[in-house]
Amino acid sequence: MAKHVGERMKRVEDGRFLTGRGTYTDDISKPGQTYAVFVRSPHAHAKIKSVNTEPALAVEGVVAVYTGADMAADGVGGLPCGWQVIGKGGTPMIEPAHPPLATDTVRYVGDAVAVVIAETRNAAKDGAEALEVDYDVQPAVASAVKAMEKGAPQVHDEVPGNVCYDWELGDKEAVDKAIEEAHHVTTFDLVNNRLIPNAIEPRAAIGEYDPAGDNYTLTTTSQNPHVIRLLMCAFVLQIPEHKCRVVAPDVGGGFGSKIFHYAEEAVVTWAAKKAGRPVKWTSDRSEAFLTDAHGRDHVTKAQLAMDKDGKFTALKVATVANMGAYLSTFASSIPTYLYATLLAGQYTTPVIYAEVKAVFTHTTPVDAYRGAGRPEATYVVERIVEIAAREMGMDPAELRRKNFIQPDQFPYETPVALTYDTGNYQASLDRALELSDYANFEKRREESARNGKLRGVGLSCYIEACGIAPSAVAGALGARAGLYEAAEVRFAPTGTVSVFTGSHSHGQGHETTFAQLTADRLGIPVENVDIVHGDTDRIPFGMGTYGSRSLAVGGSAIVKAIDKIIVKGKKIAAHMMEENADDVDFDDGVFSVKGTNKSLTIGEVAFQAYVPHNFPHDELEPGLDESAFYDPNNFTYPAGAYVCEVEVDPDTGECHVDKFTAVDDFGNLINPMIVEGQVHGGIAQGIGQALLEGCVYSDDGQLVTGSYMDYAMPRAEHIPDYNFDFTTTPCTHNPIGAKGCGEAGAIGTPAAVINALTDALRVAGVDNIEMPATPLKIWQALNGAKQAAE
Amino acid sequence: MSHAISMTVNGRSVSATVESRTLLTEFLRDNLRLTGTHVGCDTSQCGACTVHVNGKSVKSCTMLAVQCDGAEVLTIEGLANGEDLHPMQKAFNDHHGLQCGFCTPGMVMSALEVADGNSDPSDEDIAKGLAGNYCRCTGYENIYRAVKAGAKAMGS
Repeated sequence: MAKHVGERMKRVEDGRFLTGRGTYTDDISKPGQTYAVFVRSPHAHAKIKSVNTEPALAVEGVVAVYTGADMAADGVGGLPCGWQVIGKGGTPMIEPAHPPLATDTVRYVGDAVAVVIAETRNAAKDGAEALEVDYDVQPAVASAVKAMEKGAPQVHDEVPGNVCYDWELGDKEAVDKAIEEAHHVTTFDLVNNRLIPNAIEPRAAIGEYDPAGDNYTLTTTSQNPHVIRLLMCAFVLQIPEHKCRVVAPDVGGGFGSKIFHYAEEAVVTWAAKKAGRPVKWTSDRSEAFLTDAHGRDHVTKAQLAMDKDGKFTALKVATVANMGAYLSTFASSIPTYLYATLLAGQYTTPVIYAEVKAVFTHTTPVDAYRGAGRPEATYVVERIVEIAAREMGMDPAELRRKNFIQPDQFPYETPVALTYDTGNYQASLDRALELSDYANFEKRREESARNGKLRGVGLSCYIEACGIAPSAVAGALGARAGLYEAAEVRFAPTGTVSVFTGSHSHGQGHETTFAQLTADRLGIPVENVDIVHGDTDRIPFGMGTYGSRSLAVGGSAIVKAIDKIIVKGKKIAAHMMEENADDVDFDDGVFSVKGTNKSLTIGEVAFQAYVPHNFPHDELEPGLDESAFYDPNNFTYPAGAYVCEVEVDPDTGECHVDKFTAVDDFGNLINPMIVEGQVHGGIAQGIGQALLEGCVYSDDGQLVTGSYMDYAMPRAEHIPDYNFDFTTTPCTHNPIGAKGCGEAGAIGTPAAVINALTDALRVAGVDNIEMPATPLKIWQALNGAKQAAE
Repeated sequence: MSHAISMTVNGRSVSATVESRTLLTEFLRDNLRLTGTHVGCDTSQCGACTVHVNGKSVKSCTMLAVQCDGAEVLTIEGLANGEDLHPMQKAFNDHHGLQCGFCTPGMVMSALEVADGNSDPSDEDIAKGLAGNYCRCTGYENIYRAVKAGAKAMGS
């Protein structure tokens, strides 16, 4: 049988997407469906004095109007947070209630107050416009740093000072001592800009209720339908989990923003029963800007201590992280366990101390966005290392080399709670420098200078912890969920295979990658494999797709189920050939008996499994259908080296990313074409964060960047020439040897771009520029620096 | 106020009575159930709803259905010849020019206009032709490759 793993196989899912036959949630219409439109607060902070639903109910076509009071009267609970962070001195984080519809107070622009349900979307919009809410507007605060100041407006009564938690990791005393004794200390203060994820498909949800069986169905734009079912049933609606089906059909991108359980999902499901009709809600883009969980938003102070040779001796980091108005599903874990634990980067820094204050503000909740914590960590480490090299007069590549964890040091225990299983950081940096022609950079810089342009080069050597798991570690760190994955592999009697995976594809190409993996392991034609995902009624269980975990954890669960299929197949084959199962081998789709020419194909065995005319039923069960849960032993640690070259036009301040070289170590690859696509997309989002994207709130909490007219994302013109390559150190603890590739680009890129930009601007005396480095900021920095020098 | 309108969509004559405020994109998605045309924003900037009206690419969220009375409309559903993909669709598959697929119909419809009379578009031609289409997944790299290959295949 032809092998598929490692092949650039074209995607099988493309056919439906290219012909308009994809089925996204908003493409689905249920018989008798109604349309929901939410009434949202225009104020960042206000008391709700009264809600008058009468004018909305009077609008033609309006079927029902529900408020927070209606939900509270039905005993509906609040949206839960899935990760408990324990702060300094054992103080647990404070978790204020998060009702799906606000009852007495609104805490951000976009906080939902009521839902209007109507025969048409336009009627629902008309009804929402007619509904009257009397607000008593209160002072608001949007900045996390300002929210901690004395006298700042309070977001929740139960959170005095607005601090959700004050958490630390590492040995403070040792770090302070090392800083005191250091030859040189580099300090760096930074803002990691707040971003709005902007999957191009806006969120949508359809709730249905069938009184015949007391069954609920929620169709939703989710990266993890089982997680939504659990959270919604157990915490919010308090309905039996087996009475609820959650379907996530084709989903148009997620980037983290579709992990979380959102209020609208619970409201449409609850309202479907209440109104006795299916209820459909589709976000428009303006609503998405206001209500999809945002990302990043850190304010950080960092210090890196070195000895006279440039060996890092300590790193100290203090971060203020904006949580927004409520704790979103995984919000608390992002600036702690997915951030501070990555501050060792690729280096042997012996002691590290991080302190993180998570702060409530009157803004949209903040949670995971592509990379989630790891881009913020990489930005701190890779910017401060670059600055340190400049301060020490060393080549930035050389300084990194001097501090890399060496290949013979793995497994390597960092001072911030992780154990890296494998890697070769020198190899990826060497390859990236070669591919980017780093040695001849100065010639290109001179060439640019002759054309009146400023050219700069910047490096970024990132590491990430992916394949978010294992359960035991996650649990010890406060996760309230297990972090494994489930899969079922089912042969049909005619030898075709359905793979049911708890991972969810919303662009990643699982229907192709998982089919390649399965076909090779079973030795069957790839077209005989179907990948099924996104439906709690069809999939045994699932934790979903985020944290670059689908192949490393979800793929490994499939492999584990396949291994069980082969064990069972050997028993069936042994029976058919009248041999002992221990003497049966399996290779490339064929069961054979050692030392004989007896053999059977897996197709023949599958058929017999379902036509067991002569099975000894006390020893051998019919059927060929196995499921497995896979809980890994460790995170995976993708890493790589990026080299970015930019050219700045000093007259306009425009920064053009000219060349971008990425050398990644994702372990073993199944489909390099798909992996490259993931890296392209991640780099584009990283360039977006570095140069274009910045979420802006006014001081009183109005979202200034509330549409594509105010929030710039990369378009085709912003994309540089890419150079790609891979180095490979296979993951040591999963059966595929894969590490994950979904977030790397977004993690490694911002530091590479800003390092290159600040390198370009150095000649003009500019040493830092905050993201997004827009032409205006760059021009002002250049001209401000010029003025200061004159 | 309601209006009776007729147009040709993907070669098929259709007639309906619509409200004045009905957008072309709503008419295609809700009345004709041609859900391949997507809605990704409300400010005419994402391009997911791009279709062709009388041979020109337009964002169907910027036109009222009544403005298309009597027009020839082509959507993503009208491109393939039975099960045979249009060369531009095939090029997107060959070059991995799509991931989640949501922007793809609009991207392909805009790409067709780039390729119209230009079998060898430059990077600049493509950047300009796709300036109205957002893709959040692919980083555009493979879209460039796909449009070039698709244009070449259409020209041959």
